[in-house]
Amino acid sequence: MGRDAMSFVSVEDLFQSYGKRPILERVAFTAEEGEFVSIVGASGCGKSTFLRLLLDQERPTRGRIMVDGMPLTGEPNRSRGIVFQRYSVFPHMTVRDNIVAAEGLSRPLGRLFGAVKRAARERAQTTLDHIGLGHVADQYPASLSGGMQQRLAIAQALAAKPRILLLDEPFGALDPGTRERMHVFLQELRAETKMTVFMVTHDLPEAFKLGDRVLVFDKVRWDPTDPEAYGATITYDFDARDGGIPYQTPISMQEEDTHGFHGSQAQPVASPG
Amino acid sequence: MRLINRHPGRALYAALVALPFVLVAIAYSAGSAARLAENPQDRILPAPSHLAATAFRLMTEPDRRSGDLLFWTDTGASLSRLGIGVGIAALIGLVLGLAIGLVPLVRAGLQSFVSVVSMIPPLALLPILFITLGVGEASKIALIAIGITPFLIRDLSARTLELPQEQLVKAQTLGASTLSIALSVALPQILPRLIQSVRLSLGPAWLFLIAAEAVASDSGLGYRIFLVRRFLAMDVILTYVAWITLLAVVIDFLLATLSRRLFPWAETR
Repeated sequence: MGRDAMSFVSVEDLFQSYGKRPILERVAFTAEEGEFVSIVGASGCGKSTFLRLLLDQERPTRGRIMVDGMPLTGEPNRSRGIVFQRYSVFPHMTVRDNIVAAEGLSRPLGRLFGAVKRAARERAQTTLDHIGLGHVADQYPASLSGGMQQRLAIAQALAAKPRILLLDEPFGALDPGTRERMHVFLQELRAETKMTVFMVTHDLPEAFKLGDRVLVFDKVRWDPTDPEAYGATITYDFDARDGGIPYQTPISMQEEDTHGFHGSQAQPVASPG
Repeated sequence: MRLINRHPGRALYAALVALPFVLVAIAYSAGSAARLAENPQDRILPAPSHLAATAFRLMTEPDRRSGDLLFWTDTGASLSRLGIGVGIAALIGLVLGLAIGLVPLVRAGLQSFVSVVSMIPPLALLPILFITLGVGEASKIALIAIGITPFLIRDLSARTLELPQEQLVKAQTLGASTLSIALSVALPQILPRLIQSVRLSLGPAWLFLIAAEAVASDSGLGYRIFLVRRFLAMDVILTYVAWITLLAVVIDFLLATLSRRLFPWAETR
């Protein structure tokens, strides 16, 4: 943690357990504004838990997370957007209304009226034209392909102008060709917005391709008779801008060197959650 | 070919749909003919032609004493009781179902209570309703509402709880308050479920309506059936039963159509 205490996102001594079962232990890390951080690791290694903690959807059992010098408030809010693998858009709203909802939901009744609504609908149409969904603006999300739905979900999250975008395996359910196009789409959006992004993925090439940094979550302590006895932590922090050469010393990889990284390469196992 | 892989063509499908109806009609006609051959005065299984004549008479000829077309006044009285009772139940079910499904504090306070209340047999409450509300319209409407509200609350709260957590989190990241999540995320997705639940609870609603009318009333379809029972007027009873069945089928069909029209997105999932 040799970094500046005023980092944009800082995680200190984070522990999380569900009941008696530890998920994360001693997670510490900082990120600067505008960084794209990929998070990889084997199934059940707490990647998604870490993302939920960043989102403030759940509270850690120990430690704290600071964003821009302020501790999290205890529930999700507009400063951190999220895209899940599924169920990220609202099925009962048309494609356009899904974008309008990014403005409307924060109103007292959850919707816009009159001229404000018309203006928001026009802005939404511009956004949709920009991301190639203008021609399906009046359809419902169920009639879109998986890639289009995820594009809509990302555009919806960005329409709320969050400071941090969290992606939980956003392309996990897409076929390889669509996935490639989504990578281009995300890289373009990112170049425009300079947003801070955290992305959980199972796909190592994807993690290195999109990320500035790649964090590897793994268990450093391992009890073969009780695999759930210990939680996971960050075991590698790669600089992905330079071909993936580590710029930080692995935290405790000296004795059990190979386990962490190879474990996480056994990847195409679907995550349970 | 396995039986589970054999699908009927259009003609066979129509024939199979019609088959049970035709069989029942044939069985009735045969039974009626056999009884009437033995005793032309038999009143238990009137001939189909006799039933048609009775239905026509009931629908077109005014009652000699009051001058009203009793068939239609009965229908109007019963349908308005049913409509008001089901409407009240739907409203309470929707509001409490959403509240229980979305708000953990309300869920903690009400879920067990509603489960216990739903175990009370509504018909056992009928005497209490007659004593407290009198034998007028209020007690009949109350019986219908009390009878189906617990089911609607439980069903709608379960449906609300089934909404993907991801959607509720997403709405929060877009700045939604509890109220706007309830109104703009949960409510629109629960409304098609409300119509489904109401369709399911219409059977019990008719049961409570006819029971209340049978015990104490001066109009209504259930009242008429139990009145003419004293005269063994099977022709009138069967006409009314067929009419009630037809009404129930039509209401169910209208609700299903309404749901498809209002919530096209719910069909494509």
